[in-house]
Amino acid sequence: MELILEPWPWYVSGTCIALILLVLTLLGKKFGMSSNLRTACAAMGAGKKVKFFDFNWQADKWNLLVVLGAIIGGYIGHNFLSSSKGVDLNPETVEELNNLGFTDAGKYYMPRELFDYDVFFDFKKMALLIIGGFLVGFGTRYAGGCTSGHAISGLSNLQLPSLIAVIGFFLGGLTMINFIFPLIF
Amino acid sequence: MRSLLYLAVGVFFGIVMVKSEAASWFRIYEMFKFQSFHMYGIIGTAVVFGLLFTQLIKRTGVKSFFGETINIKDKEKSVKRYIIGGSLFGLGWALAGACPGPMYVLIGAGYLPVGVVIFSALIGTYVYGLLKDKLPH
Repeated sequence: MELILEPWPWYVSGTCIALILLVLTLLGKKFGMSSNLRTACAAMGAGKKVKFFDFNWQADKWNLLVVLGAIIGGYIGHNFLSSSKGVDLNPETVEELNNLGFTDAGKYYMPRELFDYDVFFDFKKMALLIIGGFLVGFGTRYAGGCTSGHAISGLSNLQLPSLIAVIGFFLGGLTMINFIFPLIF
Repeated sequence: MRSLLYLAVGVFFGIVMVKSEAASWFRIYEMFKFQSFHMYGIIGTAVVFGLLFTQLIKRTGVKSFFGETINIKDKEKSVKRYIIGGSLFGLGWALAGACPGPMYVLIGAGYLPVGVVIFSALIGTYVYGLLKDKLPH
């Protein structure tokens, strides 16, 4: 039990993710966590106006169930299976984040500066979350997948397009953190 | 019955995301700064075993649990959509600190502001659908 309550090492976590890919493939589905956004748009009636969402989303209802499970899993993992809420970051990372104004870097699971309830009343932080989310939704559909669909499922199937997408992920991520973060934080 | 299976896979996924810390904003920052092996270790291990499982499934032609043929599709060939779309996603991933899977997990963990991220991700997906034919692929 003690072992479960501690943060899991990377090799255990990576193996678990591969098992999820295995199970979903054996269920005749695929491991990709962003398609559900398209399914959700279609389920809310977006297909009436936009062709991209005009498909038989009922057949993709399974990915909404996976989402529901992920929410429950997040609740269980955070509330019952974690003895500490902190993240053991590289001290260098902590120092950099402190300098950017993230005073509790690593002491909590998420930075309070962006995910505490008072951000709902902070225009700038709300704007950052909205822009971040928009880019995630727009970018994943444009690229046809996210970390799970490309970096894990796609690379596992030796897909060159997925490798190109992963290079794109890093181009974007490195630009954000190295060039845009110093301007916005 | 099938519904319960998908739900269970989701629950396991959620727990793995929390416990691996892959859902932590801090870990994503650290990854893009190349200051820790942690995230690379997770993705690397997942790809090594994923490759093994995928190749085994393809070569043995094993059927799904429900007796259907398993068809692992190839990704459509292109460079533009993957580089442009991927970069846009990367910008968002680093800023919001969450990719689509962890977003849901974090809501479950009680970080309600992530709801804003999910909502705007839905809007982003919708806008992509609107503009799809006008964008370079």
